[in-house]
Order: sequence, then structure tokens, then C-alpha cells
Amino acid sequence: MSEQSPTTGAEPRLAPRPYLTESAVGTAPPAAQADGAVTVTIDGRQIQAKAGQLIIEAADEAGIYIPRFCYHRRMKPVGMCRMCLVEVSGPRGATLMPACYNPVAEGMEIRTDSPMAKKAQEGVLEFLLVNHPLDCPVCDKGGECPLQDQTLAYGPGESRFVEEKRHWDKPIAISPLVYLDRERCIQCGRCVRFAAEVAGDPLIDFAERGDMTEVATFPEEPYSSYFSGNVVQICPVGALTAKPYRFKARPWDLEQVESTCTTCAVGCRVALQSSQGELIRMIGVDSDPVNWGWLCDKGRWGYEGWKGAGRVTVPLVREGDQLVESSWGEALAAAANGLRSAMEKRGGAGVAVVGGARLANEDAYAWAKAARLALGTDNVDAQLGDGLPAEVLLGLPRATIDQAAAAPLVITLGPDIKDELPVLYLRLRGAVHEQGTQLVEITPAPTGLTRYASETLLYRPGEAASVARALVAAGSGGGDGIDRARAHIARAGQKAAPGAPSIVVILGRPSLAEGEGGVVAAARELAGLPGVAFLSALRRGNVHGALDLGLAPGVLPGRVSLEEGRAWFERHWGAGLPAERGLTTAGILEAASRGDIGALVLLGADPLADFPDADLALRGVLGAGFVVAVDTHLTESSRRADVLLPAAAWSERRGTFTNIEGRVTWLGQMVTAAGMSWPDWMIASELSARLGVDLGFARIEEVWEEIARVSPLHRGLPYDLLAGVSHRDGIVAPVGAEPVRPARALDPMADPGIQSAELHKVVSTSLLFSATSTVPEPDGQAPGNALAPAGGPPGGEQEEAPAPPAFLRVPAWDGVVAPPVDTPGLRLVSRRTLWDGGTLVQNSPSLAGLAPEPALRVHPSALAALGAADGEAVRVVSERGSLSVAAVGDPEIPRGTAVLAWNLAGARAAGLVDAAAAATAVRVELADGSGGQGGGDGG
Amino acid sequence: MTITDAPRIVSSRLRRPRSWTLESYLAGGGYDGLRAALAMTPQQVHDHVNTANILGRGGAGFEAGRKWGMLRKALPVYLTINGDESEPATFKDHALIEGDPHQLIEGALICAYAIAADQVFLYVRGEFALAIERLQAALNEAYAYGAVGANIFGGDFSVDVVVHPGAGAYICGEETALLESLEGKRGYPRIKPPYFPAAIGLYGAPTIVNNVETVSNLPWLMLHGGDEYAALGEGRSKGTKMLALAGHVKRPGNYELEWAKVSFRELIYDPRLGGGIRDDNELKAFIPGGVSSPWLGPEHLDVLLANDAIAAVGSMAGSGSVVAMDHTACPVRAAWRIVRFFHRESCGQCTPCREGGGWLEKILERIETGQGREADLDLLMDVCDNISPGVTWPPAQTTICVLGPSMPPSVAAGIRMFRDEYLAHVREGRCPFPPDRLPRRLSRV
Repeated sequence: MSEQSPTTGAEPRLAPRPYLTESAVGTAPPAAQADGAVTVTIDGRQIQAKAGQLIIEAADEAGIYIPRFCYHRRMKPVGMCRMCLVEVSGPRGATLMPACYNPVAEGMEIRTDSPMAKKAQEGVLEFLLVNHPLDCPVCDKGGECPLQDQTLAYGPGESRFVEEKRHWDKPIAISPLVYLDRERCIQCGRCVRFAAEVAGDPLIDFAERGDMTEVATFPEEPYSSYFSGNVVQICPVGALTAKPYRFKARPWDLEQVESTCTTCAVGCRVALQSSQGELIRMIGVDSDPVNWGWLCDKGRWGYEGWKGAGRVTVPLVREGDQLVESSWGEALAAAANGLRSAMEKRGGAGVAVVGGARLANEDAYAWAKAARLALGTDNVDAQLGDGLPAEVLLGLPRATIDQAAAAPLVITLGPDIKDELPVLYLRLRGAVHEQGTQLVEITPAPTGLTRYASETLLYRPGEAASVARALVAAGSGGGDGIDRARAHIARAGQKAAPGAPSIVVILGRPSLAEGEGGVVAAARELAGLPGVAFLSALRRGNVHGALDLGLAPGVLPGRVSLEEGRAWFERHWGAGLPAERGLTTAGILEAASRGDIGALVLLGADPLADFPDADLALRGVLGAGFVVAVDTHLTESSRRADVLLPAAAWSERRGTFTNIEGRVTWLGQMVTAAGMSWPDWMIASELSARLGVDLGFARIEEVWEEIARVSPLHRGLPYDLLAGVSHRDGIVAPVGAEPVRPARALDPMADPGIQSAELHKVVSTSLLFSATSTVPEPDGQAPGNALAPAGGPPGGEQEEAPAPPAFLRVPAWDGVVAPPVDTPGLRLVSRRTLWDGGTLVQNSPSLAGLAPEPALRVHPSALAALGAADGEAVRVVSERGSLSVAAVGDPEIPRGTAVLAWNLAGARAAGLVDAAAAATAVRVELADGSGGQGGGDGG
Repeated sequence: MTITDAPRIVSSRLRRPRSWTLESYLAGGGYDGLRAALAMTPQQVHDHVNTANILGRGGAGFEAGRKWGMLRKALPVYLTINGDESEPATFKDHALIEGDPHQLIEGALICAYAIAADQVFLYVRGEFALAIERLQAALNEAYAYGAVGANIFGGDFSVDVVVHPGAGAYICGEETALLESLEGKRGYPRIKPPYFPAAIGLYGAPTIVNNVETVSNLPWLMLHGGDEYAALGEGRSKGTKMLALAGHVKRPGNYELEWAKVSFRELIYDPRLGGGIRDDNELKAFIPGGVSSPWLGPEHLDVLLANDAIAAVGSMAGSGSVVAMDHTACPVRAAWRIVRFFHRESCGQCTPCREGGGWLEKILERIETGQGREADLDLLMDVCDNISPGVTWPPAQTTICVLGPSMPPSVAAGIRMFRDEYLAHVREGRCPFPPDRLPRRLSRV
């Protein structure tokens, strides 16, 4: 009996929690307490294992495979399937124990191949097959099925079962994306446990008893989860299948390349799989520092959007009010002409480049260089007014996802992470749930994380800084919530691990209906907390790569400011840089609307849909004399272009990606580029050539070679290793920012269908596309992964070169925050939802229908004051515009605030927002025009 | 109704008019045991229980005092009374709850006092509608009487008691499944280790789970002392035991008998007890301790009703449910009926029980309906072996809890004792026993 000493002192006593799993099924073992090593014998081999480690883990590490179904290393073990029974000799003789549930103990003798163990394995497999339909020839899983594989390896040769098997209706749709075949189900509970334990959406569970036990949804409640695809991924049989993939391919026809998902900026590692040259499936790769194998449904199935009919595959040139198909030569010439004439009129200041978050790192660098040299402008901005200033984001101390998940305290000052960075949500939720990480939210309205937060500090839109200032201030006051949050801050300092941040702030834009100024000020207040580091919550694709590689005004490649990096880059690029710091997207659109921008290049940017001020965006795009769009799709903005150049999409080209942490990972090419589309770096290069500037790139490897040579941030990054399996997790730039560990091997038993190069002892197919030997070893670096921090002088051929410029710093600040002008009415909060009216979702047939109906959510008292019924259509009016939408009462929404999702068809909040204002005041009226509601309950 | 002179410890009031009311209970000295306990220290109460060596009456026969001693002392501590009696032919707790609910409440309170419990849960099988109604009414009376709640009988001890009806799952009688069920989850037995809820139980807190009959002993024990209790019975089996006699006897019912003094022959044949086999038929076999225990034959009739004596012949005393079978009983049908029950009540959590149980049921049905093959006997034994390796007693298990291993004994014992009758099913292509209960009728049960 382990006795716990009675607790003393004033600390609130916490009940022991080993069984309080959220999982609806099974029970996880108590957490292992012991440290140190033990020696155990498995199948006659002595191995060292960590004390408290599960037998199955110790065996895995020793290379001894124990068959399993319910065990999945990213979830708590439950010992349900009994497949992993092993013989353990102890004082009371040999007994069978589930290896997934019992920890190793000193001197333990374990046999996985004894007659007793083999009898148990055969027995369990025979039982599992008793009611399994054995319809392998028509099953999606056939050929990649753990049940098939393990039956072959561990099962009895033939069945003794002669009775009728269990029958069910099949398949049944448990969600719009996932189908369930209960006959094939072996009741391992992986899906049920994932839904409850990992995703926090306990919408599926077991029903009935005995061999009629089934996985079921609740009546009238589908399994609607942002993470439903993961249950398909981890199902060890063909019971759960994905609608987009059903009957599309056989596993042995699939080719696989590893890559990174670019749907949002988390940078989940994925395995892309194709059949007959068509991208057909994605499986999450278990990457320790990032996604743990999980994907959100948008990332998993958004690939459909790249295949759809909406793709632009041919260069288009405007003739009158029509875009007509053209050739690359003609289109590039037209683009060059338009750009040249704009430059002739106003110089570089008359040209601007907007966008770049869709691009790979190499493209971003090529365009950053092309803009400065060929277009002579610093008017470049990868963000569309919905992000944060590059100096702030890049200049603050950075944290990794692991550091956030390990920190005692996480403060969020950003969007609804569940909707915008879903897998980061999983990691944070897991940290709160499993490690007791405290979470404090600073937000204008509740988010998907609110139920896990210790404290949710709601602020009036535009006034985040005052909450942050109160938090940082010494003493007390500011309200109970602030006081409790301060206590969390004080405790975090005591609990921090040495060398790790004690507080991680997840920093992004909490609402697109308030200006960035208040958020920046709040962030700068929080930067004063001891031991604080920041993790970006900017959402859009490779926006961090674009910023790191110079697609921001006043920022050069490698997190270097224009001023400090001027000499370095002029020397390396051999040409002068623009004299003036350029404009942000808002400034560019403003200037364009005045007619000051003669030519506008849109790099995969759709300001008409995305810029948080629809009126200004429209005036800007219309006001620009000449618009070149480099895009994959026809969007609201790109269809107004004068020249539309088709770009190769993700999965159609190789390159690298930078995630929210600054982690650089490999983007693999799985399929050929659609139609005549080119990779963006090539477009930049060709266009520059027509403007008389040779960027010097003929191959993508040459782009990276130059990046590694001139970017202070990327020096020493082993490009060729990123494409291989050992560095599939990527490397946080600059090298040395985070220790690099060899990546985990892919495990087809955890994620069936993933093709494990390590397991099959073959070279990863993505290596076939890598640069291999053309990139010289970084200076002073041993080959392989012995990485050292950057910071030394650059390579030998530049011996006389000056030291590289320093990284960006947050500019000085006077600490003055202008609060928004107080106006009557409600203040608007607008955030993105996972399913929206965006290009990718709407071009993916499986996802397009998932976008919710737009609704204005307000406190019920606001509806009552207005005299509107719940769900009644109302008119929302701001100084900029108005729209009609259903109003829904929600007691969680603070009084005085109205929440409207961004970018849902039928209610584009951008039409209400003034980019220059600190907050957006709106008035709600009944749809018939009567009963306008003032701000009676505001403030 | 005792065959020795031993007092009836738990069943003395069952026949009294309106025995379930406080009025009737107080007339018989009700709650004096609790008053006596409250006059002692909790340790003294515990010492009495240790002296009495009360074995748990739920089936496993674990010493109650030892279980209490394993309690991890931390706050809160919970006491849960297991009244989820659901096994076929087991009906002693049913009678105790329905007939003497105050005794159960008083016993639970004495236990709660001894272990310093913060809350008592009376978990009662949901189908016991009348028992639940009477227990709740009794609890309300006890609250009004001052025996439950704050400052019991004006003293320092306070504890609350709630009645929690189950929702119809036999598996929730397994103590860890019961705790899961109380927590509002699906009733899945918890995987061991840790082995004892006394360390980690309800909501992760230390919890004692005791059977209804076990705690019903406590009021008498408090009034008479551990020594007087231990003077009854022999060896490990002290005191008295409620025996639920069922099957082909003339006088089925609950009999409270002194432990280790009465043989199965006396239980089944004594005119004051079972009164013999119906129609004076021949006894074929009997199940000594609940339908999960291995069967015994007429040669074991002189075995004493005591834990160790029954264990010595390869079975168990279990919950004290004895089922006698006369010569008309079909061993295949009996095993089928028992396996069918356990399979239907299998929680479905682990594979051998969920699938193995269903398979056994199907094979037995096939043999019973004349579709069997000789090889099915070996198949049955091997399926049993894959649920309970070795098919020994006490059973080894490949499963999380002992529900799965509860199936093989009836199959294995039937094949061992009546192999010729199994083979007769196969060779004759039909059940050779008088069709007084055809499988078709059974299958509607």
C-alpha cells in the first residue's frame, strides 16, 4: 500500500487524479512515479528501460514488437484488446499481463514468444475474427490493415468459427465526412478515446453489451468534430472510413511523399499519398515537436481544393473586360510592361507587392529579392492587415510549441485557436488537461479554449492593452479575474524549468474588427512579464516564412531590418536597395486608392476577401493602375487582375516551410503541377529577367543555397537533411534555437496506411526530390545533424565580409495607448472559423458544405432591448456599411459586444470594418428598419 | 430456521410485519448497534470486525476488516454498499434490502463511522423497485430519526447517505465497474493494478465497497462483540451466512445458517431447509456458490458449507447461492443458460469475454439444438482456455475482470461430469432430456 502523507499547510489539497480520464472507455494506469533505470529481460535479451515505462514501450525501444490494437502511444493505455498479453514471470509464477498497461519492474522476465504468450495471442486474434466480416477484398484497409498483418504474423492459421456472424446496417455516416462499418469494428476504442481524450469532443461512445457492443453516436447528434479524420487515421481495421477516400485506391497503388500541411501556420507534418498521379489521401505524421500525428479536418481534406475546377492552369491576360488564355511568354511580357511603365512614372514607390503567405520559403526569398532589385520597392507585405507588425512578431522572444505545452502558464492574446490553428489547440488542451498547465485568456469573446482556461479575461474590443497593463502591474486591483491571473503569473515563476520560459504568450489578432494597435500595445505590456516568450498565432500558411525571408516592409531576409541589413544585402546582392522603408498592405491600398500605386502584384493574396476593410480593399485594387496576380485560383481579387500568372500549388512543387515557431520543414512534391503553372520562385525569376535583373536562380536548390549564404537566420540549416527521414520534424531557425532530436520513426500500427521508410529499410521517396549533394556543407559544420548555433562569420569565400546584421528588435515605445473613441452601440468582434467561405474550403467538395450559417451572436439582453426574437434577421450597421444577418442570443457573449464570424458567405464582416479605427462600433436594427438599438447596455 | 442453535444475525426480522419500517425496526432494538458503535472509538469498532473475521459476502470472501485496514487515509473517504445483486439464483441481498432496509442503513453507518467515511452510497440494482422504494423510505425515516446526517444522535459524527439505483447492468456489481457507474460513466470494470478501491476508488478517492449482507452483520456485531460472533463458525468462516437455495428442491429460499457447521446434504435434504429434491428425484449435480462456480456432484454432498471446505473440492462458497439440479436437468442447456447470461452482461470492454462469450453461447446453442459435432467439445474447452487459461479453479484470466472467467466453469464442469450426455446431444442430433423446457422457451427468457 502506498501511503500518501497527509497534506499540510494552506495549499488547497487536490484529490489524486489517476482515474479522472475524460475518456469514456477504459481506465488509464496511474502515472508512473519513478525515475531511473531498471533492467528487464524480454525474450531472453537483457534491456535497460526507464522505471515506470510500460512494457510495450520498453520493448518497442529495444526493437521487440508486441502485437497491439488498442494501444496508441499518443493516448492513455486502457488494456482493452488484450492483444499485447505477454508472459511475465514473477514471484507467483508466470502470468499473462497486458504489456500496454503494466510498467516494467527491476528484474522482470518477459516473454512475448512463449507457448503461453503465443496461445494468448492466437486466442485473442481468433476472438477478434469471430465477428469480423473478412471482407478484405472490398475493404479500404485491405493491404494496410493491422488486423490483417497481425493475423498473418500472430494469428491461428484457420478459423474454427462456423456460426453466423454478427450483422449490422453498414456503413452508417456518423458525420458528413466519416463512415462507420460496425461489422468490421474490433471495439479497440481508439476512436472513442481520441474523441474524448485528445479532441475533447466526446460525441462517439460504445453502446450495447457483449458481442453486440457497437461504436455509436448520440441520437440526433452527428460526430461533428474539427478532428474527425483522426479517428479514421488511427482505426486499426476498416471500420472507420473517410468519405473522400472510400474506394478511391488500393494501398499498394499508393505512392507517398512526406511534407508539411500549409493550410494554417502550425505546420503539421503529413504524408501525402497519390494514386495515378492524383493526390488522394493525407495521413498525419507523428512529429514530436508539432502535431503528434494529428491533423484537423481542413488540413486533411483541403487538398481537394488544389485539384478542383477552380484552379488557374494557364496564364491569363486581360483583353477589355475579359481574361483570356495566353502563353507564359506573352503573359510575362505583359506583366513586365505594366510594371515597367509604373516604375517609370513613380519609381519603386509606385509599385507594391502584397501577399506571400501561400509561397514556400524559397519563393518568398525570390520575391523579396525581386521586389527590392527588379521592382525597386520596399512596398512588400505578406500580411493583409490581419496580422501583426513584423518587427513586433519577429523581435519578441520566441517560444516553441513544446515550450508552450510545458510552460506553467500560457496566456493567449489572439484568435480562437481551435478555429484558426486547430492542432495547436489540441496541444494546448492536452497540456492543460494532462499537465496542469494554467491557461489565461485575454480575449474580447469566449473561444474554443475558454472551457479549459483558468481565467478568461474579457476585454472591450480595442482595449486589450489596459487588461495587459493591469496584469503586469504590481499590487492588486483591476478585478477578481485580474488578481487571480496575477497569482498564476506569480506561481508560474516558481514552477518554471530552468532555461525554459515560465510564461508563453500565444500572440495573434483576437479580432479583425479591432485595429492592431491595441493588440501590439498589449503584447508589449506582456513582454514585461518575467520569463515570458511568445508563440505566434498568425494563421495564414507560410506567413512566418514570408516574414523571415523579407516579405514585409522594412524587413530583409533573415529577420533583418532594412537599415541594419542594407550594407550586407547590397554587398551580397550586388545592387542598391530601396532608400525608403515601404508601406504595409493598408498603406499600399490607401496609396493605391489615391492613385499613387501604378502597379500592384498580388502574390496569392485576395485583399477583397481577406483585408479587414472591404471598402478600402476595393478602392485600392480598383485604384491600382495595373494588377498582376500570381495565384492558384480565380478569386475576387485575382479575377480583377490585368495579368494572372498560374502558380504551382503545395504538393506540386518542393521547397521549405516555416511554421509559427520558426521551424523550417520540408515540403514534398507528390504530383506534377497543374496545367502550365510554375513554382513562384520561377515566376519571380522570369519576371525579374524581363525587367533586366538576373536573380541568379535556375533551380530551387540555388535559391536555398543563396538563402543559406546570405540570410543570417538560415545559416547552417542542412537543407538536404530536411528532406530525409531523420530531420522530418524540421529545425527551428536559427540553428541552435532548439535542440534537434532525430525524428520518430513512422509507425503503421499507430497510423495504419502510413508507409514507413524506416520500417521497410528503403530510402524515403521524398529524398528522390531533394537536393542531395548540390548544397555545400554549412561552414564549420560536420556532416549529419551535429548542428551548432549560428552567429559565426559566414563562409570562407566571404572572409573579408563584415559580420552579418543583427536580428530585428522590437522598436522603442513610449507606452502610450490611445483607447478607442467610445461610441454608443455594440463593439464588433470578428474572427475566422475553420469552415468558412474561403477559397480552399469552397473549392473542396467534401468541405464546402460544412461552413455554418452566419449569425450575429450577442448577449440575450441586447436582443431583448431590440425586441428581436432569437434567430431573427437583423441589420448590422457600422460607419462603413451594413449587412443583414440572423441574430442569436448567447449568454456567453459579454454585454456590449457583438460577434460575427469572418468570411462566411452572406455576411462578410469586412464590409463593416474601418482598418484605421481602433474598434468597430455597430448598431443593430430590426430588419424592417425599426427599433435601432443604441448602446444602452454597453460599457 | 437454523439447523444449529446459532442466532440469526441478519435475517431475524425478515418475517416480522412491516419489517421495513422504522417503527418495527426500533421495536426490535434497532439502531442500538449504531449507538453502541458510536460509544466506541472507530478503532474499537474495527477491532471487533477483525475479531469477528467477517468475510465479504459478495462472493470473493475477502476479510472485511482487512479491507478496511487497507484504506488510504486521506480526505474524502467514500463508503459504497454494493446492492447490485443480479446473478441468476442469487437473491439474499434482495431479501435483506427489501425486508430489513434499516439494518442495512445501520450497518452502513457503523462501517462509515469505523472508516471515517465522508459519504455513503447505497448502490442498488435498478430492477429492485420495491427494495429501492423501501430503502429510500427507510433512509428518510432514519434522517428524521437523527440516525443519519449531521451530528448523528447528537454526537460529533456526521455522514450523509444516498440511494443510487443502478441502470440494469450486472457488471456494475463488479466493484470497480460500480464505481465507474457511480461516477456517471459506462460501467466498465477498471483494469488492475491498482487492485483495491481502498487505495484509489470513487473519483480517485479511497473507497470501501462492501456487500449488503456484510454490513448487515454489523449491528448485531456491535451489540454482541467480535468474540461472540467469532464463536460461531469454524476456521476462516465465522458467523452465519445467508444461503440462497434454488433449483430443483422442494423448499427453495433464503436460509441463514451457521457457517461451517452444515453440509450441502443437510441444506438440500433437511426437511427444515431444502426438504429434498422435487418429486423425490435424484440429485444430479449442484452449483455450490453462484452460477460462476464449478459444479459439484452428489459425491460432494457431505462437504461443509464453509469457504475452505468448498475450495478444497475445487469450487467456491461465493455469494452463497446454491442451485440443485435433478436428473432431468440438461447440462448443455444449463451451461448455455449460464453462458448466455454472462455473455449478455459482458461489458464488451475486452476481447476474450466479449467475443469468446458470444462464441461459447453459439456453440452450446448448436449442441443443444442438435447441430453439434464431437469436435465441439474440444473447441468449447479451448475457447474456455482462451478466456481462462488452464480452466482451473481459482481461474486464471486473459480478461480485465472475472466476468469472462465466470463462463468456463459451467461448461468445463458439464463436459467433465457429463461428457456422455454432451456426446448424446451430438449423436442423437437432439437434446435427450424430457422437453419440459424446450430451448425455444428458454431463448425467450
